[in-house]
Amino acid sequence: MTENPHIDYLLRLGDSTLILGQRLSEWCGHGPVLEEDIALGNIALDLIGQSRLLLSHAGSLMQPAQTEDQLAYFREQFGFRNFTMLELPNSGLEKGQQQRDYAFTICRNFLFSAYMVLLWQALAASLDRQLAAIAEKAVKEARYHLRHSSDWMLRFGDGTEESHRRAQQALNALLPYTHEFFSADAVEQQMADAGIAIAGASLRAAWEEQVRGTLQDATLEWPPQWADSQFRSSGKSGRHSEHFGFLLAEMQSLARAHPEAIW
Amino acid sequence: MDTEMTTQLYSKDAVRKLLSAVPDPEIPVVSIEELGILREININAEQVEVVITPTYSGCPAMYAIEQDICGALQQAGITQFSVRTVLSPAWSSDWITEEGKDKLRAYGIAPPHAVGSETKAGQPQALRFMRKAVNGSTPVCPHCSSGQTELLSEFGSTSCKALYRCLACKEPFDYFKPY
Repeated sequence: MTENPHIDYLLRLGDSTLILGQRLSEWCGHGPVLEEDIALGNIALDLIGQSRLLLSHAGSLMQPAQTEDQLAYFREQFGFRNFTMLELPNSGLEKGQQQRDYAFTICRNFLFSAYMVLLWQALAASLDRQLAAIAEKAVKEARYHLRHSSDWMLRFGDGTEESHRRAQQALNALLPYTHEFFSADAVEQQMADAGIAIAGASLRAAWEEQVRGTLQDATLEWPPQWADSQFRSSGKSGRHSEHFGFLLAEMQSLARAHPEAIW
Repeated sequence: MDTEMTTQLYSKDAVRKLLSAVPDPEIPVVSIEELGILREININAEQVEVVITPTYSGCPAMYAIEQDICGALQQAGITQFSVRTVLSPAWSSDWITEEGKDKLRAYGIAPPHAVGSETKAGQPQALRFMRKAVNGSTPVCPHCSSGQTELLSEFGSTSCKALYRCLACKEPFDYFKPY
């Protein structure tokens, strides 16, 4: 899609917030209780708002310039740079499971928002002034997202036998995907050297402390095989899971059917 | 000649006064000025520039606010203007004026606590879950002024509000989140 690491880095952030926003929007009208339906809608709105700012900024650096809508609706799979974890279906990864799973949805929000609070805090000092301004706003929203999901991790883990089991199952399935938050590559390295980004690896200790603390309170176990896992997802380099095409089809079909539509 | 007239006709104060009447589209009892959304007014030779800031990144009211500002300026006969959105420094609920907070309360929305040091840039925040009962003070009920209230949901009818319930009068109410 792009050979400019600055644009690539902004797409990682803009696409990650967009794709999780899209996944959370699928809960609209299906939340387990009214308050949670509204909460997920609100969180999705924050994420899509962040994404609009990030994609607009990335698009302004492109030649020729692209709009946020062009980037969201008219790119192909391989052009997207979101973390793979965020495109996984709300039903989780268990075979045969079709229904939306709240534990899986919340656990993903928890792991991601714990990371984003740290990342936005760091990016508030970016030499890219527009990115710094977006980060300064987004960190406040991410803190609320983390509080919401941490609260539910506790209720699930320290709740009934079933809620505990499902939270643990979601955690076991999702944790391997978090390696992607911290793995270094050329794009990130160049941007970190330029003072625009920060190496994800430098956030790892603080993230782990935050996550482990909540899991302990929630009586959930950190899967011991995590550190040895060789699995590396690669969405941020444009190589996605088999679930991603379906998500894009739903998200993009309307805009592609009516490319000039305004409303 | 034209430019001189523009400068004379529209003083900063006059434009501010004009825009201080523009209500927030979602909470119409307070103005965009009282909420701290109206950031700056700049007047140069050619035109009036209005600077606004969103409360939340995804605030869906921003477009409506911009339209309302354009409408108010046009109605006053001002034709040369622009509206610019800035993100930094990020909006804080601390910017809501005291008068705005009183109006929120009267409308049934508990105004936000001071955020104060929580937003110090670059300071890592210890953010740990705490059970509701021990989470320090809860907002005072805007209906009956009882301090005995509890959180129902961190997220309410709009991005900027949370949902609470009063344990004394049993009424639910919105709380403008400290942000």
